[in-house]
Amino acid sequence: MQPIKIAASAFALTLTAALGAAPVQDARAQDRESFQVCWSIYAGWMPWGWIESSGLMDKWADKYDISVDVVQINDYIESINQYTAGRFDGCTMTNMDALSIPAGGGVDTTALIVGDFSNGNDGIVLKNKDELSAIEGMDVHLVELSVSHYLLARALDQIGLSERDVNVVNVSDADLVAAFDTEDVQATVTWNPLLSTILKKPEANEVFDSSQIPGEIIDLMVVNTETLRANPELGKALVGAWYEAMSIMSSDTQAGRDARTWMAEAAGTDLRGYESQLETTQMFYDPAEAVEFTRDDKLIQTMDFVRQFLFKHGILGQGAPSPDYVGMQFPGGETLGNTNNIQLRFDPSYMKMAAEGEL
Amino acid sequence: MRLINQKPSRIARYALGALPFAAVLLIYSVASKLRHMENPQDRLLPSLQQMAAAVERMAFTPSKRTGEYTMWLDTLASLERIGIGMLVSTVLALVLGIAMGAIPRIRATLAPFVGAFSLIPPITVLPILFIVFGLGETAKIALIVVGTAPVMTRTVAQATADVPDELLVKVQTLGANSWQIVTRVFVPMVLPRLIGAIRMGLVPAWIFLVSAEAIAAEQGLGYRIFLVRRYLAMDVILPYVAWITIIAYVLDRAFYLLSRKGLRWAHGEGGAL
Repeated sequence: MQPIKIAASAFALTLTAALGAAPVQDARAQDRESFQVCWSIYAGWMPWGWIESSGLMDKWADKYDISVDVVQINDYIESINQYTAGRFDGCTMTNMDALSIPAGGGVDTTALIVGDFSNGNDGIVLKNKDELSAIEGMDVHLVELSVSHYLLARALDQIGLSERDVNVVNVSDADLVAAFDTEDVQATVTWNPLLSTILKKPEANEVFDSSQIPGEIIDLMVVNTETLRANPELGKALVGAWYEAMSIMSSDTQAGRDARTWMAEAAGTDLRGYESQLETTQMFYDPAEAVEFTRDDKLIQTMDFVRQFLFKHGILGQGAPSPDYVGMQFPGGETLGNTNNIQLRFDPSYMKMAAEGEL
Repeated sequence: MRLINQKPSRIARYALGALPFAAVLLIYSVASKLRHMENPQDRLLPSLQQMAAAVERMAFTPSKRTGEYTMWLDTLASLERIGIGMLVSTVLALVLGIAMGAIPRIRATLAPFVGAFSLIPPITVLPILFIVFGLGETAKIALIVVGTAPVMTRTVAQATADVPDELLVKVQTLGANSWQIVTRVFVPMVLPRLIGAIRMGLVPAWIFLVSAEAIAAEQGLGYRIFLVRRYLAMDVILPYVAWITIIAYVLDRAFYLLSRKGLRWAHGEGGAL
């Protein structure tokens, strides 16, 4: 081949490769028919797996003439990153991670379903000590920058200490249970099901849990705001399927037990284990409750705590100059932060449709 | 002229060597540009300027919380771990490898075990490492040693076994005892292969270092990468990856040059990578 030809084909190849890595969001704003949302294993999100496998998702998607794939991702953070990168139209995540990862990364995100809040699913565990104040000066092992870290900060705050008074050591969640068996770990903060496994050990004492900051660690199904605007059917189908699943799983019928058993097995436990996880998860089975929760001013206060925490740890957007950098919108037009950079929206309108039987 | 006989000039060689790097950089810039046109705050493919800003923040600005330079702190912590780990592995490989290669009884005892042990993926036995070594520095160094020492040992053992019999017969006729043969024949003969083993061992060593730091740490290059992954800060991750690559490359070259200068006899004519 002539050098010029080689150069030309190399250039063509380069362009192709570059376009391959180019954004997939182009399709977001358009009217589309097929969608993908992702979820990961967690007590409050298990219904998503059941919704997909039981055919509920297809049923509701068909009703609105679209198709929706609900995909399970094994790694929680990776699922959020995939959503943020534009691979998925929606994903399950906590309020805190929704603010720091997609919203902080400029992906305008709407909290479509407020599924539950942690009511004891996250806790601080000390070995052989039963007072939270004993944590002062200790090495605290936790997944840094996760809701565990947030819980620790809030707990320390309540007893007049701050993060400076402890030494945070990052541990991966996959290794936390094994790490707890070592002499080095005297204090840890984690979530269920790891928390209940650790608490079975005789020397483990839970000294603080998320029920002491109720409603602050919220589990959501979020969707890309642009996609939702262009395709309201996606919102309707997801919300419709979710609340039908809620009414089935909360019922004391055979169908309800079957659904819970399926979720228990998918979560790697049994019905009793799963039900005990649900006891520390404040599920909003009734859409009206979720709507009320989302409209409450306390949510604004919670998100203010969360953004202050994120800002203090430098994870609120690239070089965010202040906690106001990323704007948030709440029901009734209230906002927090920069109104010109609103990236996280709590919108109860779809849940309201479910509550009023309009889906 | 046949293709295998066409040798590029010195300048052309450098230019050709730079070509793949330039191509990757170009592809990256175009893709990053496209994503930023879509979303100016995109984090997946940060622009080169954003990465430069992140490096400035991580390496040249004291951290707001601790007043330290994060990237240097991370680098020192990681280099210390990998340095101690490789030192332990090297000593183990030299002692065990020569013993196994030179002394048939030790070979019979240890060779099958080391062979089997080298096949265990170290990550799978992490909980055991935790119980034995705790969660601190020792466990991280142990993971590097477990991951690199067995293979390095086998390389050295093989190098020892490869020492020509004629040579051994010759020194024995000259009256050398076993210890003298080890120190005067085996050690010098296996040194080039040992350096080769270190260079090869550094590849998994970096992998295990990063894995170990992901599990439990307060600083380190791998720790930082896994930490900032929690908010998709690719502007920090990519420079860190480049930095790791540069350090690994420099270390590899340093060992190569050490071998080339120090052990000239082992480097005959012919190209070496």
